[in-house]
Amino acid sequence: MKGKSFLAGNISSFTQALESMVVTEDLCRAPGLLQGLDPRVKVITLVLFIILVGLAQSLPILILIFIFAFVCVILSKIPHVHFLKRLFIFIPLFTAVIAIPALFITPGVPLLSLAGRTIITEQGARTAGFLIMRVVDSLSLGLLLVLTTPWTKLLAALRWLRLPSLIVAVLGMTYRYIFLLLHTTNAMFLARRSRIIGGFRGGENRRWLGRALVTAMMKSQYLSEEVYLAMLSRGYQGEVYILSDLTMRRRDYLWAAFSVVAALLILGCTYL
Amino acid sequence: MGGFLRGCRIINIRVHLSMSSTEIVNTFEIKNLGYKYPGNIPALSQVNLNIREGELVALVGANGSGKSTLLKLLDGLIFPSSGELRAFGTVLSEKVVDSGAFAREFRRKVGLVFQDPDVQLFSPTVWDEVTFGPLQLGIPKEEIISRGLEALKLLNVTHLKERPPYLLSGGEKKKVSLASVLSLRPQVLLLDEPTTGLDPRSQGNLIDFLLEWSDEHKVLIFSTQDLDIVEELATRVLVIGSDHDIIADDKPEELLSDRDFLLKANLIHEHSHRHKELVHRHEHVHDHGHHH
Repeated sequence: MKGKSFLAGNISSFTQALESMVVTEDLCRAPGLLQGLDPRVKVITLVLFIILVGLAQSLPILILIFIFAFVCVILSKIPHVHFLKRLFIFIPLFTAVIAIPALFITPGVPLLSLAGRTIITEQGARTAGFLIMRVVDSLSLGLLLVLTTPWTKLLAALRWLRLPSLIVAVLGMTYRYIFLLLHTTNAMFLARRSRIIGGFRGGENRRWLGRALVTAMMKSQYLSEEVYLAMLSRGYQGEVYILSDLTMRRRDYLWAAFSVVAALLILGCTYL
Repeated sequence: MGGFLRGCRIINIRVHLSMSSTEIVNTFEIKNLGYKYPGNIPALSQVNLNIREGELVALVGANGSGKSTLLKLLDGLIFPSSGELRAFGTVLSEKVVDSGAFAREFRRKVGLVFQDPDVQLFSPTVWDEVTFGPLQLGIPKEEIISRGLEALKLLNVTHLKERPPYLLSGGEKKKVSLASVLSLRPQVLLLDEPTTGLDPRSQGNLIDFLLEWSDEHKVLIFSTQDLDIVEELATRVLVIGSDHDIIADDKPEELLSDRDFLLKANLIHEHSHRHKELVHRHEHVHDHGHHH
């Protein structure tokens, strides 16, 4: 029974990962606010907002940025549940590791006392709140970029931003072949499942998993050698050239102007 | 075994070569070519042949005979361990194919479609894939766009332009692989098992397309296990034997009618059936139900 759940769990995870990639691809092509923007403008403005999140000194401003991000989610027709699930998958881990200790170790005015000893201070609660809100905002803005920009357009924008073409090409291929390796590994798990009755003990499962990992690695090495030959065959000589067909439209300029005004307002509220 | 089979077909080789002795333009000239994998494992040995403009050549042979290796050698991706391989009159070597004017011209003229489309399709979208080759060769942007669109249209895959390769079906991947090489407008097309994984209708479409693509200046060399497409597409068949050498070089109609040779070269197999008390044996060729 153990073995069966081990296999079933892994197969389910691989399938979910594959489905998630397909869903993201569909979302990127949906007719929404952010999907209609030039990827270069999107990368620059959303990165600008992430920097502002780091600079903001007020909790209400951080909450306002989250509300802004959520409005973008709605206007970009991203399913709320899908967005929130992807956002809050990281928050508990982050909270446990960084934010919770901050609650107890930051000195200041007592907020919660127990048996005459201060457990949580106002400053501690404030620091933890800041930490959590900064992570929530940054992740929301990052997710907005990823969920509304096809990977190819994102790479084109990075190339336009002068990221070396080799790095852009490697990023593109990594994404492409992660999908293929997920498929291959999923098929290996399914093939094993089709040949067993009952299950295996933990040790046997771990041994099989080790062998499966080695096989997947060997396959990926063979694949990389063949892909290199396929690139050479079509003229690759060490430098990758990419065709860029990005064009700025009126809405891109409007969005850029809105972002700059919003950024100035946030900076004004913070430092003036 | 290899020696015996070579003896069987040597007359046909001579006939075939003597027929085209006037105005021969050799695209490839191979002399005593041998190739060994690391560990001294032989992949090809003592290969001698010339391939001329306008030829449609089928490479057949059992699994592991060296068909894919020969295609990679012809594409200048790997280089002979012994002997000589000339393409367009120039000896192919790592130095010559690595950079320079010949390298650029060679890559423009010769295109290889790999057996596994997942190897061939490494770009993020179908459009990036068909424009990859022309972009690397420094062709002007407008020309690249027109070539890319033309290649997609030729293979009827224009609707897949913005799709990532991992969302394509097996047949679509094969078509896009071919489109990605056709955008180079090659003079020589090397195809490794082009019909593997295609349904009969797609196989038929591919054969029709390749027949239409070919002309007196182009060269098509394809490896296959499917004798049906050899008959339909090739004007010349090269058989690679179990000793990794060429054991036959002939016209398809001559070679495919020689059942004894096909059996000995492991290109067909003999079935035995029991009919009541009698055991009946006959040769068996896989027929995919596709006839013109």
